[in-house]
Amino acid sequence: MSNVQTKTGSPKRRLGDLVFANLTLAAGVLILIALAGVAIFLTVEGAPALGAGSSDLSGHSNFLTYVAPLVFGTLLAAFIALLIALPLSLGVALAVSHFAPRRVAVLIGYVVDLLAAVPSVVYGLWGILVLGPRLIPVYAWLSTHASWIPFFGGTPSNTGRTILTASIVLAIMIIPIITAITREIFSQTPRLNEEAALALGATRWEMVRLAVLPYGRSGIVSAAMLGLGRALGETMAVALVLSASGVVTFHLISSTNPSTIAANIALTFADASGVQRNALIASGLVLFLITFIVHFSARAIVARSEPGSK
Amino acid sequence: MTDLDTAPHTAVALRGGHLPRYAPAIAGIVAIAAGALIGITVHWNLAGIAILAALLYIVGLTIWSRLVENARRATDRLVTALVWVALSLAFIPLFSLLYETVSKGAGAINGKFLTWTMRNVIDAPGGIYHAIVGTLLITLAATVIAVPVGLLSAIYLVEYGGPSRLARWIRFLVDVMTGIPSIVAGLFAYALFSLIIGPGTQFGIGGGVALSLLMIPIVVRSTEEMLKLVPHDLREASYALGVPKWKTIVKVVLPTAMAGIITGVTLAIARVIGETAPLLIICGSTDSLNTNLFHGQMASLPVFIYTSYTQAGANPEILQNMAWGAALVLIVIVMVLNILARVAGRFFAPKTGH
Repeated sequence: MSNVQTKTGSPKRRLGDLVFANLTLAAGVLILIALAGVAIFLTVEGAPALGAGSSDLSGHSNFLTYVAPLVFGTLLAAFIALLIALPLSLGVALAVSHFAPRRVAVLIGYVVDLLAAVPSVVYGLWGILVLGPRLIPVYAWLSTHASWIPFFGGTPSNTGRTILTASIVLAIMIIPIITAITREIFSQTPRLNEEAALALGATRWEMVRLAVLPYGRSGIVSAAMLGLGRALGETMAVALVLSASGVVTFHLISSTNPSTIAANIALTFADASGVQRNALIASGLVLFLITFIVHFSARAIVARSEPGSK
Repeated sequence: MTDLDTAPHTAVALRGGHLPRYAPAIAGIVAIAAGALIGITVHWNLAGIAILAALLYIVGLTIWSRLVENARRATDRLVTALVWVALSLAFIPLFSLLYETVSKGAGAINGKFLTWTMRNVIDAPGGIYHAIVGTLLITLAATVIAVPVGLLSAIYLVEYGGPSRLARWIRFLVDVMTGIPSIVAGLFAYALFSLIIGPGTQFGIGGGVALSLLMIPIVVRSTEEMLKLVPHDLREASYALGVPKWKTIVKVVLPTAMAGIITGVTLAIARVIGETAPLLIICGSTDSLNTNLFHGQMASLPVFIYTSYTQAGANPEILQNMAWGAALVLIVIVMVLNILARVAGRFFAPKTGH
C-alpha cells in the first residue's frame, strides 16, 4: 500500500496530482506514526523504572507492586463513575429522543453540550470546593447507619475528598459522552418498528422497551465503554478532589483512599526527579494500554454492528 | 344478533379510566408542596427536600395511575417520571457549577486581573495576563500543527484512500486516538523532548505538540464527515472540464465543505483549550509572562487554576478567588468558541447563487 491509486483514470499523471496525493498520504501515515510514537517513547522513557529500587518507587520494592494499587484505584473510580453515569445518561438520552417535546429536546441537547464544554479542571475545583463539603454530613450519616455495607466502612472522611466524591465528579463528566452516543442511536430506531409497537397498543415505555432498547443495545454497550475509557484517563478532577493515600480498599467514603494512575502522575510529577519520573511515565504507559484496550473493544463493537445492523 | 344495537348501552365502557392530561403537573405540584412541608418541619436542607419531593412524585403518580388506570399505564408513568428525574439529577451539578463559578468568579475579575501577571505578587490579588497569553499561544501552536495534518489526512481518507486497507486502519486508529487520556499525551510530549533535547525539558511548544495529538482525531473526523457531504456531481463536473484532481479538491471540494470544516476546527480548539494535565507535565507553570514558545516554562489558564488551589500559600482565600475568576474566564472563552463555531458555519457557507 505504498502507492496511491488516483481514480481520475487520466493516462499521464500530472506532477501536481502526484505531489498532492502523496502529501495527503504522508499526513495519514503521520497519524499512524504518532500513535506508534506514543507507545514507543513511553516505553523507552518508562523502561528504566523496571530496574528501579524502593527509593524511587515511593517505598515499593518493584514497579509491579508500585503500579498495582494505582491500577486498582483507577478501575474502581471509573467503574463507580460508570455505574452512576449510565442510568442518568440513558434517562437523558431517552428524554431527548422519545419523551420530551421537540422544542424541549433541542434545549436539553444544548445543555448537554454545555456540560461537555466545561473544562475538567473547573469540575475539579467545583468538586473540591462545592460538592465535597456538601457530602460530609451524608458520609457521616452513611457511616453511622450503613457501615454494615462493606463499601461504607472505615472512618468517614471529614473533608469529603473521598473516592466516591471523585467518582461522582467523573460521572458528571462522562454523562455528555454516553448521552451523545446513545441519543444518536435511539433516534435512529426505525420509525416503522416504533409505530408497529404503538399500533399494537403499546404504551410509550413498552414501545421503548420493545423497539428502541433492542435496536440500541450494542450502541449502549459501546457508549458505556467509551465513557469508561474517558473516566479511566481523566486526570484533573480526580487529582483535585481525591485525598489519596495509596491504599487498596473498597471503602468508598473513608479518609484513606486509593489513588489513580492519572491523578498520581499529575500530583507527583512536578516534584519527581530522575528515575521517579521514569516510573511515572511507565505508569502512564500502563494507563495508555488500559484505555487503548477499552477503546479498541468499544470501537470494534461499533464497527461490527454498524453496517447493515438490524 | 338482535341485541347488537343495544350492546353499547349495557356493555362496560370501552375506554378504561385515565388520568387527565395535566396529571403529572398536579402530582408535581403536590409532591413539591408536601416535600417542602415535611422537609421544613423536620429541618432538612434544600437537597433533602428535593430528593423527598422527587420520591413523592414518582411513588404518588404511579399509585394514582395504578388506581385509576391499569398496571401497564402505571409502569409507563413510572418510567416517564424516572426519565425526568434522571434528567434533572444530571443537570443539577451543571447549574450548581455555573452558579458557583459566576458568583465567585465575577467578583475577582477586573482590569488588573486581566492585565497583570503574578510576578512578584505575594499574598495579594494579582492578574492572569501571563496565563491567558500562554493559553492562547499554546493553543495556537497546537492548531498550527493539528489542522494541516488533520485536514490532509481527511482528504486522503475521502478522496484517495477510499476502501483500501491502509485507509481503514487510519480511520480505525483515529477513532481509538480520540480515547488517548490527555495526561498520556502530555507524557508523550515530555518523553519525546526528553530524548531529543535533554531530560526535563519543559516549554510551550511541547504543550502544543501534546494538545495537537488530542486535536488531530477531532479534526480528521469532522473534516471527513464534511468532505463526504460534498456531492460527487461537483467533482465530476470539474474533471469534465479537465481540471486536475488536486486542483478540484483545492478549488471545488474544500471551498464547498469549508463551513463545516471551520466549525469542526473551532470545536476542536474549544475542546483542547481547557486541557490541564498535559500542560502541567510539559509546560510547567510560572508567575511571569513568557511569550517564547521554544524556551522556558509557560503558564496557562487551566494550570493556573490548578496551582492556585494546590499551592495556595499563606493566604488561600486570595488565590482561591483568583482560581474561580480564571475558571470563569476559561469557561467564557470556551463558550465563545462554541458560539463562534456555529456562527462561522453559517458565515462561510458556500454561496448558492440563488
